[in-house]
Amino acid sequence: MQTVRFDAKFEFLDEIREFVGAAARAGGFNEREIYNIQLAADEAASNIIEHAYEGIRGGTIEVSCDVKNGVMTIILVDHGKPFDPSEIPAPDLTSDLSERKIGGLGIYLMRKLMDEVHYQAEPAKNRNTLTMIKRRG
Amino acid sequence: MEITVQEFKHCDLITVKGRVDSATAPQLAQVLEAANEGGKYKLVIDMKDLEYMSSAGFRTLLAAQRNCKKYNRGEVVLANVPERIREALELAGFTELFKTFDDTLTAVGHF
Repeated sequence: MQTVRFDAKFEFLDEIREFVGAAARAGGFNEREIYNIQLAADEAASNIIEHAYEGIRGGTIEVSCDVKNGVMTIILVDHGKPFDPSEIPAPDLTSDLSERKIGGLGIYLMRKLMDEVHYQAEPAKNRNTLTMIKRRG
Repeated sequence: MEITVQEFKHCDLITVKGRVDSATAPQLAQVLEAANEGGKYKLVIDMKDLEYMSSAGFRTLLAAQRNCKKYNRGEVVLANVPERIREALELAGFTELFKTFDDTLTAVGHF
């Protein structure tokens, strides 16, 4: 398992995508899968920056990647406010333009693009862990 | 991300290159809002050289579409949407909110 710590700032999303993309490529995922894995990791990290670290400065995200037997595991650890993506209602994708809600879309994409998404908040340790799993097609 | 705006008689062609994510989407929003503030509501977004777009970009497109379609004064259409981005837009249920065209000329001619 390879781990890199990033500053929890939007300008590091590029580097986060590159990091998970390189791990997915080394693990034999195809270009379409790599794009989707990068998108899911971006959405996960964006949510952490926007919500877990809302109003908090100097936060970090530790991103870990590993591919074993065609299964990629991505773990994002933050030390911000607990923010459980599963508590965010899925957006209504059938509503028309005027009623279309603007939130919840990133989390929805993340869950659709990955095979599994798990979230664990450990308030006593000030630690939140998001685990995403993708199986090679 | 790099944005260029080209004004045509009946619409504006906005070319977005590179990557749109939470870091760069506000810049795209600014360009689209500036077009609206200038009375331009018929917009073609050329995605030919767009490599990546996250939901932050989708939200920006949605906000622009809402503003442009108000009072039937115009709309945002998409041209040359790369396959990966089209798949993500589809997953997000966005493809029915935007007309898409296979080439810029047809998109511009739509207005």
